[in-house]
This record gives sequence, structure tokens and C-alpha cells, in this order.
Amino acid sequence: MKFLLKILKDFPAYLWSGWGAIASILLFIASWDVGNQIYGDLILPSPLETFQTLGLMLQDKSVIEEIKTTLYRSAVGFGFSLLVGSILGLLAGFFATASMMSRPIVTILMGMPPIAWIVLAMIWFGMGDETVIFTVVIASFPIIFVGALQGTRTLEGDLKEMADSFNLPWHMKFIDVYFPHIFSYVFPAWVSGLGMAWKIVVMAELLATSNGIGASLAVARSQLDTPTALALVSIMVGSLMFIEYIILEPIKREVELWRV
Amino acid sequence: MASLECLEVKRLNHSFGFTQILKDINFSIKKGEVLSIVGPSGGGKTTLMHLCANLLDVQEGSVENTFTSSSFAFQEARLLPWKNVIDNIAIGLLAKGIKNKVAKKMSEEIALKFGLEKDDFDKFPKDLSGGMKQRVSFARALVVNPSLLFLDEPFSALDIGLKMELQTYLIQMVKEKNLTILFITHDLMEAIRLSDKIHLLQADPGHIIKEFEYDLSQEKRDDKFVYNETAKILQDETIINTFELQTIGFK
Repeated sequence: MKFLLKILKDFPAYLWSGWGAIASILLFIASWDVGNQIYGDLILPSPLETFQTLGLMLQDKSVIEEIKTTLYRSAVGFGFSLLVGSILGLLAGFFATASMMSRPIVTILMGMPPIAWIVLAMIWFGMGDETVIFTVVIASFPIIFVGALQGTRTLEGDLKEMADSFNLPWHMKFIDVYFPHIFSYVFPAWVSGLGMAWKIVVMAELLATSNGIGASLAVARSQLDTPTALALVSIMVGSLMFIEYIILEPIKREVELWRV
Repeated sequence: MASLECLEVKRLNHSFGFTQILKDINFSIKKGEVLSIVGPSGGGKTTLMHLCANLLDVQEGSVENTFTSSSFAFQEARLLPWKNVIDNIAIGLLAKGIKNKVAKKMSEEIALKFGLEKDDFDKFPKDLSGGMKQRVSFARALVVNPSLLFLDEPFSALDIGLKMELQTYLIQMVKEKNLTILFITHDLMEAIRLSDKIHLLQADPGHIIKEFEYDLSQEKRDDKFVYNETAKILQDETIINTFELQTIGFK
């Protein structure tokens, strides 16, 4: 609870430090506008037009439904990866054999291109939620698994010994000695896993389903509706930026205060 | 009952793989005694200490510890990097089930006694100097008011002033609270300043080959005493051989 308050207390200062980031985003939008002036509306619609389309879309109930569908798929897939990946990673980290055996499997999972998984999933599950969710899991699971694995593998024997010498009860050992260390590995893995899930969900939808943001993107492409396509991309990028910079980054700063 | 507290090591052998580290170690410490184990580096001193402190499982022989409580100060500070100074000190108290508030207060008191300042209380270990970390580590070991204290070369990385300060504090604790100390060091002067008994541990495999005793009580030992006794002990044939001093011209 105290911890949560501290995050909220430091939040305004954190936001204030974001002016540089905002300036750089505005600069990016400005160069986008330059691109529009050079190549014309069909190739690259102006930021203004894109954001106007976005505004109209967000008032449209059917678009909100599509966003919800995508959110649901990525949340289920990412949630599963987060839970199972963290737990299995932690367990594998505690056993030398398990961590040794799991490394090559992780390399296979990570090395295989997501597009290949989508094809396989379409054959296995058909066109629908399962295919998308499966691909999201496959893409984000290894990242989280490896993070958790590294976290437990790198626990320091010295600190364990110290904890033993003071006869720390098991719950104190976990909360005060193991958890902060493991968390400093697992949390960044969660963040990158989330980014991966959010990207993969759209790709899988584009190829394998008839609803969701990805499917809308496919429709926009077939109709050469570039403003809608860019508006959809803005939704994806905007929501990821919101989650990463407004929610996750402040937490990360507080949690890792002891590091830098 | 308290006078019966003692640590008794009998016929202790220990090996890592096929390498024998310790061979037939026998000694005992009674309440209020300071026992030093000196010997060259890599001679199994730390292994012996870990066996006594139950951080390693005894393979052969026995270690009987009837002290009501004990704590350990390591060669490096071994602080939890994600906890501030006070929380680091309090960890032993919390493990004993003492309430958070009380534990914090006790930790603050002992931190001040060890020369830490109020401004330091909220600092993380990364912001502390080596000496300050070691103060915190000492405070953490002593705040639990142990009956037996294990010291594994805790002074070796400290400057001479801080070393003296902490040693004086320990001597005071031995006198006032009848603290018992098992002390490992390779520094003979340190051992002579603090100990009632010194056991010399020879390496490969580690075994005790000689014992020295000092009757003068610690607070009466001045620099002259320590220097004289150190000079004397350095003439000892066994010490010369164990530390291989003849090759550097001490003889």
C-alpha cells in the first residue's frame, strides 16, 4: 500500500520529465506531415486527416467492438504466458537440469518466425480466437520464461547464506531475499512480452480472422483506405505507449530504485 | 543454565569431493570466551566456521551448539541491495518475530552507535562506502543480541581507524554482555588483541596444530602488549612454518 502511494506521489514529477519525449513525438509527426506533402494523400495521409479519421472511428460502436475483440485475445494470450511462463521459468531456474534442457527448446520457439506459427495454428485451430491466442502465447511465452529462468539462476549464494545465518523463515526468505532479485529480471521480461503480444495479435488477426483490429486493417488495405489503416496503427501504437509509459515505467522506476 | 552454553567440536572431518579440507578438528568454546582460528588463506577456516554455524552439513564428527542464539558477520557485508540501511539491520530482528516498529527503533539506535548518521538511514547499499557497509553488517549481526557471534574476517577490508573502533566495541560487549566470539582471521595482531585463545590451523588438510592462550583481559591489552606478543608469536617455529615465513626472511 505504502508502495502504491509512493508511485502516485512521484507520478507528477515523472510526467513533468516527459517533455523531451513529447517534443520528439511532435517532431516525428512533423516529419510525417512532410512525407504527406511530398507523396500525397493516397500514399501517406496527413497526421491531421489520420487523427480526424481516428476520432470518427472511436465514435463508431462497431470499431469499439473490434478493439474489444483484439484486447480480449491479447489479454488472454498474454495473461496465460505471464502466469505459466513465470511459474515454469521460476521452477526451471531452481533445477540445473531443467534449465539446461529448456534452453534449446526456448531457442527453437524463439527462432521460429511467428508467421510460421500462424500458418500452423490456422491448420490446427481453423479461423478464429484460438489461432490468434495460440500465436500470442507462442510469441510472448519464451520471453517471459527466459526472464524468470535468468532471475532464479542468478540468485546469489552469498545472500542465501546470510539469510540462513539469521534463520529467516521461508516467507521472509522469499519476500525479502529472492523476490526482489527475481522481479528485477521478470518485470522487464513482462514488458517486452507485452509489446510482443500486442504486435503479434494484429498480425494473426490480419491473416486468420474476420474481426478485430487486424481484420479491420486487412479490410482497409483491400479498399486502399490509407487514413483508416493509419488510424488503426495509431490505436495500436498509442495504446502500447500508454501502457508502457504511463503504467509500467513508473512502477519500474520505484521497483528498481535500489539499482542505479 | 546460561553458564552451560557452549560450542563443542569433536573429531570433525570435512571434504569437498575427494579433497579433504578439514581433518580431526577438536575444540570447544565456553560462554564469554573469544576464540580465534588463525591460519593462512585457503586453509579451510571459512569451511570450519560454516560448519560451526550450521551453514554446511557436518559429514563426519560432531558440532554441538548449545548457545541460545548466534549471528554471523561475513567477510563482505552481504547486505540486501534492495533494502535501505535500517531495513537491512532489522532483518535478523524481524526473523525472530519482533514487531516491525520495535525492530526499526532498535536498528536505528544501534546504527547511531556504529557511527552511521540519520541521513544514511534511507540509503541503499549502492550509495554506501565499503566501511559503511561493514558497519551496517556489524550492526545487523549485533542488534539481535547474540550469545555467540561468528566473525569471518570482517575487518580485512577496513581502514585502521574503523577496525580499532569496531574491535573496541566488541571488547566492550564481551565484558558487559559476556558475548562469546568465534573469530577467523589471518591477521595475528587482530587475533592477539581480541582473543582468549588462538588456535593455529594448518592447511592441506586443515588441522589445528598449536594453541595459544592469553590471560590478560582484553580491555587491558594496550598496543605495547599486542606488538610484543605479536613479535613473540612470530618467532614461534610452528607459526613460521604454517605461514611459510622463512622464505621471506623472518627467521
